Amino acid sequence: MATVATRPDEILPSAGARIESPLRRFISDFCESRLAVAGLVGFMSIALVAVVAPLLSPQNPYDLNQLDILDGRLPPGSEAAAGFTYWLGSDDQGRDMLSGIFYGLRISLGVGVASAAIALMLGAAMGLISAYFGGKVDTLIMRVVDIQLSFPAILVALILLAVLGQGTGKIIIALVAVQWAYYARTVRGTALVERRKEYIEAARCLALSNTRILFRHLLPNCMPPLIVVGTVQVAHAIALEATLSFLGIGLPITEPSLGLLIANGFEYLLSGKYWISFFPGVALLITIVSINLVGDQLRDVLNPRLQK
Amino acid sequence: MSVFIIRRLIQSALVLVVMSLLVFVGIYAIGNPVEIFIAGDADQAERERVIAALGLDRPMWEQYWLFVRNAALGDLGKSFIFNQPALWLIVERMPATLELAFSAMLIAVLLGIPLGMYAGYRPDSFAGRSIMAGSILGFSLPTFWVGLMLIMIFAVWLGWLPSTGRGELGSLFGIRTSLATWDGLAHVLMPAVNLALFKLSLVIRLARAGMRENLPMDYVKFARAKGLPTRRVIFVHVFKNILIPIVTVLGLETGSVIAFAVVTETIFAWPGMGKLIIDSINNLDRPVIVAYLLITVSMFVIINLVVDILYSILDPRVRLADVKG
Amino acid sequence: MGRSLSRFALGAFAAAAFAAGAAAQDLTIGLGANVTSIDPHFHNLSPNSNIAAHIFDRLVHQDEQQRLQPGLATEWKAVDDTTWEFKLRRGVKFHDGSDFTAADVLATLKRVPWVPNSPSSFRIYTQAIKSSETPDPYTILFKTEKPYPLLPVDLSTINIVSDKHEQSPTGDFNGGSAAIGTGPFKFVEYVPGDRIVVARNDNYWGAKPHWQKVTLKLITNNAARVAALLAGDVQIIEAVPSVDYAKLKSSTNVAIWQVTSNRVIYLHVDSFRDQTPMATDKQGALLPKNPLKDPRVRKALSKAINRPAIVDRVMEELAIPAGGLLPEGFFGASPKLKPERFDPEGARKLLTEAGYPNGFGLTIHGPNDRYPNDEKILQAIGPMFSRAGIDTKVVTLPWATFAAQGSNPNYAFSVMLVGWGSGTGEISSPLRSLIATVGPGRGASNRGRYSNPKVDQLLEQALATVDDGKREKLLQEATELAINDTALIPLHYQINVWATRKGLQYVPRADEYTLAQFVTPAK
Repeated sequence: MATVATRPDEILPSAGARIESPLRRFISDFCESRLAVAGLVGFMSIALVAVVAPLLSPQNPYDLNQLDILDGRLPPGSEAAAGFTYWLGSDDQGRDMLSGIFYGLRISLGVGVASAAIALMLGAAMGLISAYFGGKVDTLIMRVVDIQLSFPAILVALILLAVLGQGTGKIIIALVAVQWAYYARTVRGTALVERRKEYIEAARCLALSNTRILFRHLLPNCMPPLIVVGTVQVAHAIALEATLSFLGIGLPITEPSLGLLIANGFEYLLSGKYWISFFPGVALLITIVSINLVGDQLRDVLNPRLQK
Repeated sequence: MSVFIIRRLIQSALVLVVMSLLVFVGIYAIGNPVEIFIAGDADQAERERVIAALGLDRPMWEQYWLFVRNAALGDLGKSFIFNQPALWLIVERMPATLELAFSAMLIAVLLGIPLGMYAGYRPDSFAGRSIMAGSILGFSLPTFWVGLMLIMIFAVWLGWLPSTGRGELGSLFGIRTSLATWDGLAHVLMPAVNLALFKLSLVIRLARAGMRENLPMDYVKFARAKGLPTRRVIFVHVFKNILIPIVTVLGLETGSVIAFAVVTETIFAWPGMGKLIIDSINNLDRPVIVAYLLITVSMFVIINLVVDILYSILDPRVRLADVKG
Repeated sequence: MGRSLSRFALGAFAAAAFAAGAAAQDLTIGLGANVTSIDPHFHNLSPNSNIAAHIFDRLVHQDEQQRLQPGLATEWKAVDDTTWEFKLRRGVKFHDGSDFTAADVLATLKRVPWVPNSPSSFRIYTQAIKSSETPDPYTILFKTEKPYPLLPVDLSTINIVSDKHEQSPTGDFNGGSAAIGTGPFKFVEYVPGDRIVVARNDNYWGAKPHWQKVTLKLITNNAARVAALLAGDVQIIEAVPSVDYAKLKSSTNVAIWQVTSNRVIYLHVDSFRDQTPMATDKQGALLPKNPLKDPRVRKALSKAINRPAIVDRVMEELAIPAGGLLPEGFFGASPKLKPERFDPEGARKLLTEAGYPNGFGLTIHGPNDRYPNDEKILQAIGPMFSRAGIDTKVVTLPWATFAAQGSNPNYAFSVMLVGWGSGTGEISSPLRSLIATVGPGRGASNRGRYSNPKVDQLLEQALATVDDGKREKLLQEATELAINDTALIPLHYQINVWATRKGLQYVPRADEYTLAQFVTPAK
């Protein structure tokens, strides 16, 4: 394979993306874009809401026993039989949309972050091994990566889930399977450059163990591009999970993520019950947009070629 | 170069075999597909007849061996529920998907490159920032949601465009396509825009990034210093350099456009391969699923190969070689 | 741009533009389910039979309430216990101009079991015929081994093809060369996954359809189908989703046509195994004994379900609570069977009697892409069971996985939501397939493996009784026995809904078929 930058996420630093100046410089660079700061704040608040969802929600939307079907499809502002108010309306099962969104954020973010984290670890390890050892190992791993990347994510996930069935764990497996290769390739690209540098040579001369060199010395220097890819991939994973749920093969219906909430409400759009699909859609949009805003700025800040 | 190509093809063949085996085993594990498409009142004898007729009574490894043997002869099996060769079913629907993918790519390129170049040229202007914000939206909006919104607005409320389906076919350079009739174009517009949205954002970003990376470069400064008009510098010299990553990425993304058509085709009832694969998964129509994968993967392999070769032509600094440490 | 302009006009001046469309006598129909072939004998699947009913005729037709009507046979009678005599219609011509005679019927009967690779054959409706005789070209005698009263009903599913095409493969039908019937429309074009086009048969023996050309478009996505109707791309859609029902009903451009379906949605309950995989104690450990074997527990489950709430909230009035296997008025449906009353207290009491005063844990399963609102129904039932003391988890799966795992030989579930439409319009159909003990020709879809010798015996007796009055009595008795024993838990009967553009009318059918010959301009 020609050494080609192939994916959107890789229009990033191919040459040693090291930040010359310390953290402060990075922070001030990042804050140059007000949009990115807004994105970061947005993401933080969303993450916070997701974490403390049970405290904020008037209802546990995943406990079917708390749902009253007679409260189904109420417009925003209606009173529930249980006494609280459906600020954002209720869905067909009498699920409070606000609580549903809070809990849905947990699942969506959880699935997105967990799959990105596992994929990052797996991919980074593969990429490092590939770059460090070279030769046959490298060829083998990179062939697999190429193959993996030549499959569109949605197709792989579709087939995997068709075989695996529904469930949070299974969708994470599917998302990891479609993501790890991005990381592997990114890390390998960076590591190849780093490997030739003196400090690695020095470490080798000191007869440090391979594992130590790999993870203590090589890996930290590959972090910047990894972080960028990671941010973008979290957003991708969330969107992909939503799409798969829309196609009916993602998560179980009883514990809906944002994507599933949208999919459920989507059939009500034409009949004017907009809130079932609209509000989760907005929540999903805000989440993905804020992550992408952050990722975007990170990419600019961490790209040495763009540094003034 | 030919060594490179041959090696690549051999590796790809290996991939096809491994993948078909995985899918075969995976679908086998789900269960007996006969229960899905047989009439509920069919008795046990009838069920057994169907199982035998479809060859599902043989052990798994034997089924796979038969499949491989026939596949080597170009026969990918017959669809369980259509009784037509799986290959034929897919090839028959390929034009619909290809024309959708082609239209989407066209929209992405024709809109994306100028917008992206502008955003890169004037990154801090209001328009430049708006374009970038728009591209983030384009990345973030889930395809299925946008598709629904498009139908709601342009077909139901405004009544400007047909809501679903593929329009009349016409002939263009001897190819039967709906892109050759007005009716066909009206039908393809919404799904193509829906499918293009993501790629459009991608092209905008690539063009912008290319612009921003190339503008500070010496050749640009040199050209300007030589007194070439800015317009010429940008549209001839920088443009050429921006095009390289865009061609590469778009080439590779063609595959993902075709795959993502699954979602768009489902919403717009577009009779393409994507809808076929979803229906086939729902019916556990194994021959079609496996054939679809084999065909799409082969397509990707070829696309990637062409992209690599093109790339080496566009950018002489790149040598064709297998990945080396 | 011509068509989209006229479509624009259609949106703006619906009525006026519509009159123009009617004058052109073209009709476009939005169908909700995929068709797999034009070959009427290839796949026993109702969307296929729906298309076939345009191009072909049956010896016996079913009207909108599935009552038998003369088709290609003008009359039929049982001459003795094991012989049926059918008199054929004279002067009927195939689309290619050839005459319809008994030879075509015989060819059809030979073709039905022959079709290669059929994924679900129609032979189950013809296998009762042991031999056939044709004393003259317009009379056929069918001999059966045992008395077989269902023969006319079974034959109402068999489309008659020309004897020239006895050996024509399925592909010839899809391509059109063999798609030669006697039906009200002639085959024009089949684009798999997209549309079927037919044109009026001006020599049709029966009432001639109004439409010159009919396009049947396959729009399986619910929202897309509704949008296509609202945008005027199609003039009639079937399977109106319940979520859009109220809106369409109030729309001034749209008319609604509805009727109670022959389809019952029910819960199948594992009443066979001594230990059932999904019943646990409250801690999640498998129960040593299958509680669902006890009819009191099954009855308790039935009492715990608030059917009117499901009908009202989930089905949005597009269903009626069910107490049996077919709505009243269908052959064999017992008027004595009323929907079980919602009674959570009674349910608890029954559970206590059965030895489960604190209930138990249960996981219930169902498909999420098969029946209208299937996964929502199941989600609504979960808490209803829980309130009666049975801690219930709900799992929904794609039909592919559900059917593969929930049926013979896996039987992986304990309580599952399924639906059954009686293709024959008789209660013998669900009795035979859902409730009769699993065995040759019986209990084909009995996923709960209910078995009751008394029910079986009554059913066998009914299936061998040619006299309709006596047979109906026996069938009613068998149904009452089974339902009172809670062989399965009926939930509701669906209501079939069509929506047309204003100015059209449709005769709504219990069998869910959408037939262009019954779409007419409103009077």
